[in-house]
Amino acid sequence: MSTIEERVKKIIIEQLGVKEEEVKHEASFENDLGADSLDTVELVMALEEEFETEIPDEEAEKIKTVQAAIDYVTNHAND
Amino acid sequence: MTTTMQGQVALVTGASRGIGKAIAEQLVAQGVKVVGTATSDKGAAAISDYLGADGEGMQLNVTDADSVAKVLSSIDEKYGQLDILVNNAGITKDNLLMRLKDDDWDAVLDTNLKSVYRICKAVMRGMMKRRHGRIINISSVVGTTGNPGQTNYCAAKAGLVGFTKALAQEIAARGITVNCVSPGFIDTDMTKSLTDDQKQAIFANIPAARLGNPEEVAAAVVFLASPGAAYITGETIHVNGGLAMV
Repeated sequence: MSTIEERVKKIIIEQLGVKEEEVKHEASFENDLGADSLDTVELVMALEEEFETEIPDEEAEKIKTVQAAIDYVTNHAND
Repeated sequence: MTTTMQGQVALVTGASRGIGKAIAEQLVAQGVKVVGTATSDKGAAAISDYLGADGEGMQLNVTDADSVAKVLSSIDEKYGQLDILVNNAGITKDNLLMRLKDDDWDAVLDTNLKSVYRICKAVMRGMMKRRHGRIINISSVVGTTGNPGQTNYCAAKAGLVGFTKALAQEIAARGITVNCVSPGFIDTDMTKSLTDDQKQAIFANIPAARLGNPEEVAAAVVFLASPGAAYITGETIHVNGGLAMV
């Protein structure tokens, strides 16, 4: 079983079409990984499906970096 | 690119009669499975009757998000993912602005405009994931020209055009098109309520010198839903016999 971090990174790579080495923890989806606002919406949708959770809009808006995505999922994994 | 609509799934709101019924029937003729909605169970049953094995009628209150969610999940279960959404349901509550009640303003804006926001939002996730979808909103010539006694209806129908252009820009890169069809005066129950004087005044301004048929509106909707229209988005097709040329 992959770790949360690996699963999150895999989704980011798939959704944004970026290379693995680009997906650094501090990387911003929009500033560093070339995502537009709709890409980030889709990324959140993909995270919701992978982790079978619903991410409220106000939380989704805060998920702007790779680390923020990993943190969100880690903190809500046991919900 | 596929060139057929065979096997696609469509939702047409307000399909028990008039333009919505013609749209549902013409989509079926293209091999599309159609779910048509009506506000009453009786209306839904009537839709099931005319659609036969090619789809069914469902009861839907477009002003109720729960009702929208319920219909969409039924469609998903029974027919699979939605390809085509036709927002056709609409009402009028005409009066001069000075006599217009807040309730009449709110009802028309909610049923004719906010409903489209509500339903589009609900179908967005599925269409985005599949990188495919067709949304066609039924506007009206009076949204472009205005019409005394219809400030509420004209505002809602003009609002649809702006909504359509904005959403089209948001999701064009995901293979989803959003367009309007804007009928002029069409021979339906809605225009039957016009007085003879009103009709004569309207005819005088229609170069085609007749009312349009629901089928002539439906033909434009089917075109926009077809694979051939994949590069058309944010557009409004006017079907009005020359009444207003935009």
